[in-house]
Amino acid sequence: MSILTRWEPFRELRHEARQMRHLQRAMNQFFGRWGIDLPEWPALAVSYPPVNLWEDDDFVYAEAELPGLKLPDLEITVTANNQLTLKGKREPAAPEKVEWHRQERGFGSFQRTIQLPVSVDAGKVEARLDNGVLTIKMAKSPAAKPRKIPVKAE
Amino acid sequence: MPETNALVNKAAGEVTAPEATRGGIYYTPRVDIYESADEVVLQCDIPGVKPQDVDLRFEKGELSLHGKVQPRPVPAEYVEEEYGVGDFHRSFAIAPDIDAGKISAEYRDGVLTVHLPKQERVKPKRIAVQPG
Repeated sequence: MSILTRWEPFRELRHEARQMRHLQRAMNQFFGRWGIDLPEWPALAVSYPPVNLWEDDDFVYAEAELPGLKLPDLEITVTANNQLTLKGKREPAAPEKVEWHRQERGFGSFQRTIQLPVSVDAGKVEARLDNGVLTIKMAKSPAAKPRKIPVKAE
Repeated sequence: MPETNALVNKAAGEVTAPEATRGGIYYTPRVDIYESADEVVLQCDIPGVKPQDVDLRFEKGELSLHGKVQPRPVPAEYVEEEYGVGDFHRSFAIAPDIDAGKISAEYRDGVLTVHLPKQERVKPKRIAVQPG
């Protein structure tokens, strides 16, 4: 044993509900793994990756944390029925024949489909991946955009 | 690994004071730690941290990592909010078997890899057996 880790699972309990959910998910994934014998690679949770979704007048944005991936490793599709699908694979980085002290990061294939809140133009989708954070910007269909109604004064 | 757990718990009980003075919200990043004959490797997911915002320090046997996440444009309201965004922080007690002067690190695509080379004296050695 050459290294010790200070594991502080309760640090986040101090924070608000948003952080609680973050912790809950981390715990689920963390403990969900110990059923399998190491060094078998743990399968990623079904709902991987977690996604934040928001919109403004013209666009719908989706953001996901995908550390270790590059854009070509990802398959991003937007279907006609306004579903966004993220598909990819995270390769194990460690060489074989090592002694594991701690294994919290997941590896393997994932696929996730998200229903978008409004109709988007599948031809106008931009994706970027910076430092492990994926951001997808999708243009709303003209019909889905809010319209300003001119009000005439009598 | 009951032996490991005992050591980890001890380490966790010893150092809590430095954290209290920092304040703010931090996420505990996930790590993988593995050991080969020559080194211990630590890999850590800190997505959203720019390379210049990774602060890795070694002091008094403790390796401490702080990853500052630059604020991203945050909407007033999310349609779905499945994770929180904030800085990452985690510390590790490093055994004296590690050659602290030779610790190196690289950062790519949101993953920090720290190489902790072992001191020469603790590396496994093959002993040549002479024919008698």
